[in-house]
Amino acid sequence: MSFALDEDLTLLKDTADGFFSERAPVSAFRAMRDAGATFDEGLAGEIAALGLTAALLPEAAGGSGMGFRAVGLALEAEGRTLAVSPLLQTGMIGAGALKLFGTPDQQAHYGAGLADGSIRFALAIDEGPRHDPRRCETVLVNGAVTGTKMFVQDGGSATHLLVAARDAGADVLAVVPADASGVSRTARTTVDHRDCADVIFDVAVAEAILPLGDDGLEGLLDVARAGVAAQMLGVMGGAFDMTNDYLKTRTQFGQLIGSFQGLQHRAAAMLVEMELTRSCVIAALLALDSGKDAREAVSIAKARAGDTLQLVTNETIQFHGGIGMTDAHDSGFYIKRARVLEALYGNAAFHRDRYARLNGY
Amino acid sequence: MSDLDAFRAETRAWLEANCPASMRTPMPDREVVWGGRNPHFSNPDSKVWLEAMASRGWTAPLWPKAYGGGGLSNAQNAVLQDELKRIKARPAILSFGIWMFGPVILEYGTEEQKLTYLPDMVHGRTWWCQGYSEPGAGSDLAGLQTRAVDDGDAFIVNGQKVWTSYANHADWMLCLVRTNPDAPKHEGISVLLFDMKTPGVEVRPIKLISGASPFCETFLTDVRVPKPQMLGTLNKGWDVAKRILQYERTNISASGFGGGAGLELVAAAKEQIGLVDGVLADRDLRSRITRQKMYERAFNLSMKRAADEAKAGGEVSHYASVLKIAAAKLNQDKTELMVEALGMDGLGWEGDGYDAGALKATRDWLRAKANSIEGGTSEVNLNIVAKRVLGLRDHQ
Repeated sequence: MSFALDEDLTLLKDTADGFFSERAPVSAFRAMRDAGATFDEGLAGEIAALGLTAALLPEAAGGSGMGFRAVGLALEAEGRTLAVSPLLQTGMIGAGALKLFGTPDQQAHYGAGLADGSIRFALAIDEGPRHDPRRCETVLVNGAVTGTKMFVQDGGSATHLLVAARDAGADVLAVVPADASGVSRTARTTVDHRDCADVIFDVAVAEAILPLGDDGLEGLLDVARAGVAAQMLGVMGGAFDMTNDYLKTRTQFGQLIGSFQGLQHRAAAMLVEMELTRSCVIAALLALDSGKDAREAVSIAKARAGDTLQLVTNETIQFHGGIGMTDAHDSGFYIKRARVLEALYGNAAFHRDRYARLNGY
Repeated sequence: MSDLDAFRAETRAWLEANCPASMRTPMPDREVVWGGRNPHFSNPDSKVWLEAMASRGWTAPLWPKAYGGGGLSNAQNAVLQDELKRIKARPAILSFGIWMFGPVILEYGTEEQKLTYLPDMVHGRTWWCQGYSEPGAGSDLAGLQTRAVDDGDAFIVNGQKVWTSYANHADWMLCLVRTNPDAPKHEGISVLLFDMKTPGVEVRPIKLISGASPFCETFLTDVRVPKPQMLGTLNKGWDVAKRILQYERTNISASGFGGGAGLELVAAAKEQIGLVDGVLADRDLRSRITRQKMYERAFNLSMKRAADEAKAGGEVSHYASVLKIAAAKLNQDKTELMVEALGMDGLGWEGDGYDAGALKATRDWLRAKANSIEGGTSEVNLNIVAKRVLGLRDHQ
């Protein structure tokens, strides 16, 4: 598979870039934050109407049969403007779970809801503050889920929760309607001001069960991780472009600060890291599309995206100086979102450890 | 069958018949072929292989046939490279001429120059070196002082070049000279081509911290260069020089600074340090090795991405500096970690107390320190990225 974009992907990228920059710029996120909101139903509906949330599913199920690489382009566009959107949890993870583990009936049932925006998913996986998929005390018994999931992204606005659970020792993904009896959700206020909730399941009846087999949970998590990495590319791109613009407008000592070599070299070094990381993220998405073992490629992408994004968002504040420390400036939005994405589904250290184990050391 | 499929079938059959078996094995350093007037073939099959490839112009597959090249399209060349990789064929020749100088002669040379120089490069009959740096002109290459004075039908050249790779073996030099000392520094430079046997050319190898001497000092005293041996336009040589640097950076990145088959980092660390519960016992080193392995993968993927995007018609010129910076860091980190993993065994200089792999690791580590200096320092390349890619401007 080629790294270059073909005609279809170029069109998708242009559409997504245009949509998010016009309809959901960073100023829109700021307005939401200021209003105390964490979800915009109108925006979510428009994204569904664009076909992005169901894109991974086959046409027969209301989708367009696109690949992970394609959705990754939309996620990057969304990350760039820090848009609050259901693309990661619903378009990548939810539709990805259905694509990989759903029956044609399940795909058709949920696909229709994804396409018209009436269904939004949220992955409920971790049971503590650090990502640890081996830790799972949530069980499925007689078709009902019992357990506690923490830090569920989009957990407050989702219509359906995708719950990782143990069913007599086997991994399953249980689809539980958020309004089912036995589901209670408690919102958290996180540093990035996104929708995040803890969810308690007390004999909550699942609407559908997706068996994951031996490696399925990791396979699903790798879809999630690659999606996060694609979003991180957008976040770093947005922060970097804002910073590079500042280098070309801010004057000190009678000079544009971008003419100082001390800053030029640091900016150029960031670009080198971003280019290298971009190749890794694309490779991870292509590996998922190939259907072959994508574990190593995904861990490289998530680890490098984490390190690069940390570098870029820290430098974004430093390059802006005092203004970058103010709430009125967007630097803070980028670094806050960056750290949540870094912690989500395994930080860089987690993925370096995983890579080393996969390679026998 | 499409034309390309037919080309693949024909190429595969030809390689099967013409690539000697020993040329499909990993190449030890001593069997590298550089060609030249006095070529050295420590394996006789290397000569057979070079002659076979050169006979089809496939040492320079994209050059026109009129100048000895293969005359292949990009698509055909991709097939050829695929097929060479498939049988793990060694490069028939390593050649600065083919990598850097031939392409600019094709672009800037006269018809006579193309016919004179290019076929010899294709056949490996000439070894070229690059007369660029001077004692006072390293990163500030355009500050070069070697003078060429008009003497009717020739230029008389006086000056000194340094860091000329393999000048002691080379047959020809592509040399940057100052032809107008009064013009601004970028506007008084020209490019001359001359035979290293020309009277007044003297070469002295420089011994490096690694013990090897891949670079030389070249002294030029009243060297007479006929005017038809000027490449491009008088005083416009800086354009040619920059173009060559682009080819040089791309080729340095592509070859990953060579190094050849040595110890593999993870295997060496496991052997020296051992595993506890399946995990390298030195956790700190383990993490740094993993960062390095990921960086290496990122670099290789980026090389492929640049190639894919170029093939698709994208703008990829900025990759040359980005990848040059990354290639240097990659090789330096890798060789540092190897020396660290080997402990005192990684610090042997010579003798029976060390095995060949460990001795090579020591020398590779020292050699790698030049990677961020040669072919444009990392700092110069960061300047280029800042200005050409990020659009940042000079101090006013």
